[in-house]
Amino acid sequence: MRRDIGWSRRQILSRAIAAGAAIGLAACGRLSQASDSRSVLEAAESLTRTVQRALIGPSDALAPEYSEADISKVFKPNGSTEPDDPEYQKSREDGFASWRLIVDGLVEKPQRLTLTDLRALPSRTQITRHDCVEGWSCIGKWTGAPLGRILGLAGLKPEARYIVFHCADTLEETLDGTGRYYESIDLVDAFHPQTILAYDMNGGTLPIEHGAPLRLRVERQLGYKMAKYVMRVEAVDNFSSLGRGRGGFWEDRGYEWYAGI
Amino acid sequence: MTSLTGGLAAAPAPARRVIYRHSALVRATHWINALCFLILLMSGLQIFNAHPALYWGKASSFDKPFLALTAEERDDGAVKGVTTLFGKSFATTGLFGASRDDAGEIAERGFPAWATIPSYQDLATGRRWHFFFAWILVLNGLVYVANLLVRRRLTREFLPSAREVRSIPHSIWEHARLHFPKGDDALHYNVLQKLAYLSVIIAFPILILAGLTMSPGIDSGFPWLLSLFGGRQSARAIHFILASYLFFFFFVHIVMVLISGVLNNMRSMITGRYAIEENSHEA
Repeated sequence: MRRDIGWSRRQILSRAIAAGAAIGLAACGRLSQASDSRSVLEAAESLTRTVQRALIGPSDALAPEYSEADISKVFKPNGSTEPDDPEYQKSREDGFASWRLIVDGLVEKPQRLTLTDLRALPSRTQITRHDCVEGWSCIGKWTGAPLGRILGLAGLKPEARYIVFHCADTLEETLDGTGRYYESIDLVDAFHPQTILAYDMNGGTLPIEHGAPLRLRVERQLGYKMAKYVMRVEAVDNFSSLGRGRGGFWEDRGYEWYAGI
Repeated sequence: MTSLTGGLAAAPAPARRVIYRHSALVRATHWINALCFLILLMSGLQIFNAHPALYWGKASSFDKPFLALTAEERDDGAVKGVTTLFGKSFATTGLFGASRDDAGEIAERGFPAWATIPSYQDLATGRRWHFFFAWILVLNGLVYVANLLVRRRLTREFLPSAREVRSIPHSIWEHARLHFPKGDDALHYNVLQKLAYLSVIIAFPILILAGLTMSPGIDSGFPWLLSLFGGRQSARAIHFILASYLFFFFFVHIVMVLISGVLNNMRSMITGRYAIEENSHEA
């Protein structure tokens, strides 16, 4: 009699555990799609940003730099590698001679800079590691103009809080144009000494597949933050009216705006 | 529950006594940790699936990963899963490299849908689950470790004595015969339990540090982490290997819970009360 009770309890328990596990797993799939629970999960992002920035310490702490010997033989290009947008194709034809970097938004003196203008600015060269959100890393050498210098030329208005990078490439065909690549960073990263707009890679002109004529390097964040084919730098106080309002192409598709991890 | 304690004591079966084995703090942190671990494991496999290959060193040498889960399409159109470890390839269709998707078709996929959160390929969502529950695991772990240190439980409960270390072969033999300690010997963990739990207490912090080393932000403030793990890609590999070890522990742990008195074990981790069977000479 006791033995019977024992066995049935055991069965009940094992079935309960199995059922619980099944419900749990099904719930994970469904919860991922419900917006309320999604926003709970997303709450971790601002905690991560706050704690990580506090732990890193000085806002100009440098990302590790590597030696020439460490440069990856194969640097995997990701995202767009050959933008077919007509505007880009046109400027590519003349070797980007007619290309201009527009710097506008919440600035005192909007700028239109040629590649020659950018190359005339003091430059920074850095050998850094590029970490893709997918998990792989490549090491490359980048030369470019510090973003802080360019913003200095334009003069930020006091209300500017974010710097937005508008790109030439359409990564996803959409009816409302939200498939155009863009990214944004805050002023801590914008004025970081390693944050540059790079025109050279590994000692040569930046290749098309890596974002020619100009790409962003934000060395303390993941690869998708480092917009390629940058056409326009805009200072804003919020990014709710851009794309789908989350501050970047991949951010609009569920990825973290703060990609420090 | 009475059938296991008072009821059985009256029967001619071996005598039992009930002790209070796990404090409320240990029980609560255990279950929170178990939930976090499973979610982190499964969302971690989702993240791994975005690039199912492991490398050693600072960066990825794409032509020579030491572990890769890939898929090959045969001439007849069939998709085959291939696992390559240190240059040796194994057919692993259905499990690694290629497995059934939601539509029931064999498709390219590192780990199978049933092992990942969410089940479908979605790196962004996998990361959201991973980093949310990583925070809970870390905070929960800090509470557990603080309790370990303040109550001096680490040395009392988990560090084996020299005599216990010498008794390891005997303990393995006893376990192999499914003979578990009784009487006063069951008041504390046996040497194999001590070593197993100690390894988990050590593995979790290293696993977390290896995970943090993958963060380009953290690396700028703590570049020594990269030296410690031998580079970001090594850290990613170590994170994966330690997670695999914890999964191995989890599997053995569940088996041991099931075969060494599942109800008694479950009760001890839910209510804290654990019944000890007295040695026959004591009964």
